Amino acid sequence: MTITPDVVATHQLSPEEYAKIIALLGREPTYTELGIFSVMWSEHCSYKSSRLHLKKLPTRSALVLQGPGENAGIIDIGGGWAIAFKIESHNHPSFIEPFQGAATGVGGILRDIFTMDAMPIAVMDSLRFGPLDDPDSGARNRRIVEGVVSGIAHYGNCFGVPTIGGECIFEPCYNGNPLVNVFALGVFRKDEVFYARASGVGNPVVYVGAKTGKDGIHGASMASAEFTEESQQKRPTVQVGDPFMEKLLLEACIEAMHTGAVVGIQDMGAAGLTCSTCEMASRGGTGIEIDLALVPQRETGMTPYEIMLSESQERMLLVVDKGREDEVFRVFKKWGLDAVAVGVVTDDGKMRVRDHGAVVAEIPARELADEAPLYDRPHTLPFRAAPIDGPVIPEGDSDADLLALVSSGDLSSKRWIWEQYDHQVRTNTTQGPGGDAAIVRIKETGTSVAMALDGNGRYAYLGPREGAKLAVAECCRNLSTVGAMPAAATNCLNFGNPEKPEIMAQLVEAIEGMAEACRFFQTPITGGNVSLYNETLGEGVYPTPVLGVVGLLPTAAPVTIDFKAPGRSLILLGGLGQCDERQFGSSQYAKVIVKQLWGLPPALDMEYEKKVQTAMRAIVAAGLADSAHDLSDGGLAVAVAECSFGPARIGAALDLESDLRPEFLLFHEGPSRILISTERPGEVQRIAEKHGVPALLVGTTVAGRLSITNRGGRLIDCEIQRLKSAWEGALEAALKG
Amino acid sequence: MRFGVVVFPGSNCDHDAWYAVSQNLGQTAEFLWHDSPKLGNVDAVILPGGFAYGDYLRCGAIAKFSPVMGAVRKFAQEGGLVLGICNGFQILVESGLLPGALIRNRGLKFICRPVRLRTETTNTPFTSQARKGQVLTFPIAHGEGCYYADEQTLDRLEAEDRVVFRYLDNPNGSLRDIAGILNEGRNVLGLMPHPERAADPLMGSTDGLVVLESLVAALAAETRRA
Repeated sequence: MTITPDVVATHQLSPEEYAKIIALLGREPTYTELGIFSVMWSEHCSYKSSRLHLKKLPTRSALVLQGPGENAGIIDIGGGWAIAFKIESHNHPSFIEPFQGAATGVGGILRDIFTMDAMPIAVMDSLRFGPLDDPDSGARNRRIVEGVVSGIAHYGNCFGVPTIGGECIFEPCYNGNPLVNVFALGVFRKDEVFYARASGVGNPVVYVGAKTGKDGIHGASMASAEFTEESQQKRPTVQVGDPFMEKLLLEACIEAMHTGAVVGIQDMGAAGLTCSTCEMASRGGTGIEIDLALVPQRETGMTPYEIMLSESQERMLLVVDKGREDEVFRVFKKWGLDAVAVGVVTDDGKMRVRDHGAVVAEIPARELADEAPLYDRPHTLPFRAAPIDGPVIPEGDSDADLLALVSSGDLSSKRWIWEQYDHQVRTNTTQGPGGDAAIVRIKETGTSVAMALDGNGRYAYLGPREGAKLAVAECCRNLSTVGAMPAAATNCLNFGNPEKPEIMAQLVEAIEGMAEACRFFQTPITGGNVSLYNETLGEGVYPTPVLGVVGLLPTAAPVTIDFKAPGRSLILLGGLGQCDERQFGSSQYAKVIVKQLWGLPPALDMEYEKKVQTAMRAIVAAGLADSAHDLSDGGLAVAVAECSFGPARIGAALDLESDLRPEFLLFHEGPSRILISTERPGEVQRIAEKHGVPALLVGTTVAGRLSITNRGGRLIDCEIQRLKSAWEGALEAALKG
Repeated sequence: MRFGVVVFPGSNCDHDAWYAVSQNLGQTAEFLWHDSPKLGNVDAVILPGGFAYGDYLRCGAIAKFSPVMGAVRKFAQEGGLVLGICNGFQILVESGLLPGALIRNRGLKFICRPVRLRTETTNTPFTSQARKGQVLTFPIAHGEGCYYADEQTLDRLEAEDRVVFRYLDNPNGSLRDIAGILNEGRNVLGLMPHPERAADPLMGSTDGLVVLESLVAALAAETRRA
């Protein structure tokens, strides 16, 4: 095939990028080489728009064993053990084919974890969809939700990893572009980590797992473009997952690594064989030569171009110690998997691809993997269409408002989703879905790992820098609420088209905000993923930085959010907080009741936040918290309601003292606040005082009712059962359309 | 006591069963590989949950042909104690060791939640340590757990006191609320809920230990007789 400017353009390479390819090769590329460059230099694989700014993120601490650049980040959890974890997006495929898109999203991130020799022990998902009752897109959104949830369930359940939590948000901006971010975490001995490096010239390169087919060709490039009306025709670019194959691959890879004969290993994810060969060679400072005739293929007549770009799932590339191939082959044979030597590690730094001996591509590996174009894209002021000042908010009926809020899309119970996930397999889940943070015990060490995912697109839209900081603060607060010390983070940055300066500005400010907050809370970013071009027909999503933070705590019965018994004291750690008209515009109240978006995100004082969190951890460590729940979406009233939805239906009677107007007092979303029920309020207050934060005694738990007064004046008084029924049934009812 | 936990390709609750037996119960547990035609020196066999052979065709349909199932069949025929949990139950019905079938849940969705079970009989080596009528809480985690059999079979199971557990709030549409049944010889139990997930205080319930403890008591009695 002749390479014309049109062919270059359909590969989403600019004329400048093509010129760079010619300069690098010293000649015109072959068609196969053009395909290889187009995927490796796609936004998805090369981070060409974001790399410059990602460097601003903190990546190190005493606990971090591996920062960004490998398949996943690793931290030390003590006792000779470590955890590997990362979050990744599968947004574009999940829109085109929700079930397989989401399923292969889970599969991809799991491979990133066990490639390093870590046994996956937890998955969480951060999901964003268009509203289920949207007049135009509701039916499609409902279908996408059903597909994504069953895809995640299908893959995770069969593989045997518990899906233990996450978030699910609905906004019109996700109508044409849902976000599916999957987080996975694995555990292993810290001296048994494996890296994706091709070292040892002459060592064989071994292909293992599923056969290569024509599925997923150019998936990475698809994920690097905006959606148009023709995007549905891209369905063949979505791969098909087989969790059973992945389970066998997991067992076989871990067993093979433990033979000691494996030198390096990398999964074939985005950009498949192309990415794994050139990245392993680049990291190893070597070259790799493979012959495609040796690659196990699912169908006949595949071209070198197709084999190199296929994103068929459940495949791995291993570099094996020469002479010890048989040890590795024996393991894969035991598990009934293909394992074939397809090439060899060389010393010339080239990625050389042959087809039946004839060279079809020869590219310097390091330049291909690491010298992708780097753009300092222009950025102006962040895009926003929302006004700074909002409407006059009429005085509401707070009982009705609370009922509307707890049965709204974002705040209603997500049981319908998480009951489809096996959240207990491996018997480590001490706190599953529905809490502030999910917790798994590490059987080998006696410690547990808590984790939380958070992001708030509305906050980030109204203030990308502050929104990103708030996401970090909330994640850390979620961990502190269960008594865990935040240790490290992973991020998934979901944004629109970076070629638009005002979208690029959202990305830059969000990264800078995240960097500042992660530095402050000492949660370095050890890896993650950037998903750009989340736009359909020119409409971008809200800038949606999603954070996953992990933390450590001793293994014990967890502090849960539900009130346990009547007559316990209620303490609001951090106080009632502050809010003004503008900050109220980013709240769930503004969204659900006023049905508008305006103003600014809540104000965050990081010093204060840290003090609240430190005090909280001390309260948990002292065994004083009967229950604890941080205040976030929906504010104080929604938090109290959520604490009342436990099996015992214990509610609360609160009497507050505040000058805020009732809507603000009840529903504002100011951070740095945690609601605790306790039998020993005096001791809780003493700890809070020691840390210099207020711990207001705001009421007591009572059976069956929820009432809130301000200086004796009634604000809310309703039956728990009525709220709980609405909260529990809302999502399922909405899915019925 | 030595418990053998069978590992099929795709088993994913094998380690959980192993952990419950060895760590929570304090007995010995070993893994039995699916292509081994012999069970070795085990006193009881557990077929764990998971997706054996990917559950292709039907749940358990391929597993029944594996070499280890020939050995399990022989073991059961000789009176050996066999406990099939979730996918293990599905494999037992596919293998003909237990009657009936397990079909898609009534709601067509996978369900993971704790359920309450009523112990219908204690005249079994799996529930001798429970009280008749005792309500136990175990988690379920399955998409195909709706127990189905013809009326005659169901009548016979009941007449012969072979229904071991019933759901109090039937989650999956199982006929007559059946959650677990015995074979004629009363030495093979299949159940959809997971006792091994309710064997540790940290997992929220230790009700599942009664099943494992009953097995230990039965094996101890057998040893005394021998």
